[in-house]
Amino acid sequence: MNTTRTDAAVQIRGLRKAYGGVIAVDDLDLDIAHGETFALLGPNGAGKSTTVEILEGYRLRTSGEVSVLGVDPARGGLDWKSRIGIVLQSSGETGLLTVTELLRHFASLYPHPRDVDEVIAAVGLETKAKTRIAKLSGGQQRRVDVALGIVGRPELLFLDEPTTGFDPEARRQFWGLIRSLKAEGTTILLTTHYLDEAAQLADRAGVIAGGQLIDVGAIDEIGGADARRPIVRWRDAAGTTREVRTDEPGLHVASVVAALGREPDGLEVIRPTLEDIYLGLVHDASAGSAREFDDTEEALA
Amino acid sequence: MSTSLMTQGASRVGVETKTYFRAADTLFFTFLFPFVMLAIFSAAFSASGEVGPPGAEISIAALYLPAMLAAGIFLSGVQNLAIDIALEKSNGTLKRLGGTPLSPVGYFAGKIGQVFVTGTLQAGLLILAGWLVLGIDLPTDPAKWVTFAWVFVLGLTTCALLGIALSALPRSGKSAAAVVIPIGLILQFISGVYLQWNMLPDWLQNFASLFPLKWIAQGMRSVFLPEGWESLEQNGSWNLPGVAIALGIWLVVGFVLSRITFRWIRRDA
Repeated sequence: MNTTRTDAAVQIRGLRKAYGGVIAVDDLDLDIAHGETFALLGPNGAGKSTTVEILEGYRLRTSGEVSVLGVDPARGGLDWKSRIGIVLQSSGETGLLTVTELLRHFASLYPHPRDVDEVIAAVGLETKAKTRIAKLSGGQQRRVDVALGIVGRPELLFLDEPTTGFDPEARRQFWGLIRSLKAEGTTILLTTHYLDEAAQLADRAGVIAGGQLIDVGAIDEIGGADARRPIVRWRDAAGTTREVRTDEPGLHVASVVAALGREPDGLEVIRPTLEDIYLGLVHDASAGSAREFDDTEEALA
Repeated sequence: MSTSLMTQGASRVGVETKTYFRAADTLFFTFLFPFVMLAIFSAAFSASGEVGPPGAEISIAALYLPAMLAAGIFLSGVQNLAIDIALEKSNGTLKRLGGTPLSPVGYFAGKIGQVFVTGTLQAGLLILAGWLVLGIDLPTDPAKWVTFAWVFVLGLTTCALLGIALSALPRSGKSAAAVVIPIGLILQFISGVYLQWNMLPDWLQNFASLFPLKWIAQGMRSVFLPEGWESLEQNGSWNLPGVAIALGIWLVVGFVLSRITFRWIRRDA
């Protein structure tokens, strides 16, 4: 199965999606390799869900080229659907079937399904296997969603905010499950609001804001070297807060102490986390559009 | 390769039927409703004694049995599927299924299969209850049962397809019952289900003839009402060829409409 495949699992070139006059996704390029776990990050309304739904075949694009497992998702047939797995955001199904009944049914739709009992065990629902889904807690129902997404043994798995509503222990357990899928060679496209989750699971991440991919790279490289540079912050003699990004924070602190001739007030040395870097990226991207918005408001006033 | 249509269809019929019997509201308003109405009509009008043309008088219960069989076909097909599919559209069930290798034909096979399993059980129990509990005489002529079989199968298939087509009408799952049930109620009142057919004025009979329920009810009356009752029909005859033609036309309409309107999701809402 896993021969020398040089083509990417997901390939996007110049993707554009407009709803009426509103542009949701604007000229987006992205490759995701076979076997890779890729995290797509971005604030609500940034174009994340639209992009993923185009890849899943749920939405049609306005223009651009998209290939998912070598197939245009707008024309993806049943064979193509049997090779992908989709875990959607929360669903409101009636839940009159038990966990086992629903999973057995979904397994029957796929040519090479996973063993239903193993899948139930993998999502930690053994004790609830004979319980109707409507009677499960929100977090347990979310695990059923995940189980339904993987029971068909997909080559490519879409996970849309999979751990929303999980308690910390369930989230750890879920991470273990995703790592085992990854070890089997499953390609995973994850969208999440939890930056620690992206840092734990993903090989690479991309940040979408305002419909554009503003950065993409390995988890420990995203945002660039500058964004990772430590920050030294202190208050100068006049009481004004000063901030400097430097690769040599210790030396800088020493020079500040020397210049002041005393211990500086409010001294901090900050090493940006993935969350800081992400927020910085999104903030920079939205600053431009926020200014435009202000202008419009003024014009209207 | 996805699994065969047969496997998918059979698997769908299984989960659809289980879900049907586990949903308390469909169980009452679709499955048990004709039983409740038969009991109410039989009890309410029991004082009026036997009715019908001279020499062919029957009990009120016997008059209402074919009417409730027709109502059951209509409810199991149109009302059941129109509400069910509209709900599945709005609660995310269809979106999820649309992301799996389930073929739309397999999905429809599951719905129609569920309609046939539940509709057949309903009709069988109605006839049994009429015979054992209400003491209604059942036809002995095999030709009558042949008529019953084709009217039942044709009527139920037509109603199932029309239900699928009608599911496109409600704008949301919440409004589905409010949109579908009144349409059904009006049709049942004007088609000779709740009100005795020959009591309706000509213009209303002609109007009802545009819709399939009138023809199903007429076909069922031809099976269960004794000779002599055909004089109370339009043109004084059971007009079975007319039943077949009208239902055949609605079958095609239902098929075409459900093909045109059905989507797993609204792709660009």
